[in-house]
Amino acid sequence: MLERLKLAWVVARKDLLLEFRTRTAILSAVVFTALVLTVFNFGRDPTAVPTIDLAPSILWVTFTFAAMLALNRAFALELENQALEGLLVSPLSRTSLYWGKLIANLVFVAVVEAVGLPLFVLFFDVPVWHVLPPLIGVIALATIGFVAVGTLFSAMVIRTRFAELMLPVLLLPFLIPPLMGAVLVTARLLAGRPVAEVLGWLRLLAAYDIVFVTLSTLLFPHTVDE
Amino acid sequence: MLSAEGLSHAFGSVRALDGVSFQLEAGHTLAVFGPNGAGKTTLLKVLAGLLRPHQGRAEVRGGPRAIGWISHQSFLYGHLTVSENLRFWASIYGVDAATRERRADDLVARLGLGEWAQRPVAALSRGLMQRATIARALMHEPTVLLLDEPFTGLDLAAAAELRRLLAELVGKGRVVVIATHNVDEGVELATDIAFQHRGRFVQLSPRAGRSAAQVAEAYRKAVAGA
Repeated sequence: MLERLKLAWVVARKDLLLEFRTRTAILSAVVFTALVLTVFNFGRDPTAVPTIDLAPSILWVTFTFAAMLALNRAFALELENQALEGLLVSPLSRTSLYWGKLIANLVFVAVVEAVGLPLFVLFFDVPVWHVLPPLIGVIALATIGFVAVGTLFSAMVIRTRFAELMLPVLLLPFLIPPLMGAVLVTARLLAGRPVAEVLGWLRLLAAYDIVFVTLSTLLFPHTVDE
Repeated sequence: MLSAEGLSHAFGSVRALDGVSFQLEAGHTLAVFGPNGAGKTTLLKVLAGLLRPHQGRAEVRGGPRAIGWISHQSFLYGHLTVSENLRFWASIYGVDAATRERRADDLVARLGLGEWAQRPVAALSRGLMQRATIARALMHEPTVLLLDEPFTGLDLAAAAELRRLLAELVGKGRVVVIATHNVDEGVELATDIAFQHRGRFVQLSPRAGRSAAQVAEAYRKAVAGA
């Protein structure tokens, strides 16, 4: 187990180093996040619908589509010089490879979210400071779930034509439960409701994470092997 | 150390491998000659474990950890330096940090990559990339080397160095399989010679002191008569 985690970190560190060198995907995702928030900011009528009602949905739509950029690049990195073939014939277990990609994707998406959240507060003037710890908690729970599923689907579509188009088409239906939970919890937290009121949703998000991280780990070898 | 028994593999209706069998003991080198499309790369992919044979079985003593594979693709990451690539691949094969450093330094010096070691792989010429690929395949000191056209892109000095390196490894009891269409490149290293045509070994015999010209003549006859 420890050995697998160690090797997963080797894969994740390599992916993060590659991203640090090129900065292509992270910059695209951050710019995308800023642009989407700007568009939503100017494309709404605050007199028709109160900001506080719209804000949670806007936040999660933005995070979801920005995360797609990370997920698309996860296995695209391995197509350069067919490095994926090298990994598949090496003694690296498929579990370590999946976990490595998952860790790198989580770090990537976390960075995008860390930039996106202050922008969200700035554009929508939503007071988050009093609910920051539980809000970060729900962001973390929902992110783990959709990145776990997204990493699996990213491996599945990478050898198909139009992989970048296929990923959202396949992935979005699986994201409905965590997104629904995340939007509802975020809305209630921003409305000043107590955390106890959303505990059920938080449990659901945690259950989704456990189920889909486990399922994705088990299914991953079938997506990359011949 | 390496055995293949009735290996067959087809891509649709094309039989890329057709009942290939052989056995290699320590210190032996098999040179597989064949025209383009003969199935040499498929043979190496099956031996490496990347493709599953549709019939027959291949066995490498020591499993994936024992295999060093030079394929048509380098498996190197363009935005990492040569040195970072070597260390990454050694880590994947479980080589400890101190050994990684020593071997990377040795191989970089041996293959004339000294001044290129800290440069991104994307900046290397075809020949230098091939040298880095050779270093990558040798970082974990494999006992079975699978080499697909290993001399491609190498200049005369680098090709001579690779021959010396391979001769040393065979002297230490390693097993080498070289697949090439160029008889001149592989003969002097070979203890055994196979001619592959349309997926089949049309001839498999010990080299028995034959010169490159004699092997080339036998190859022409074998392929013409197949």
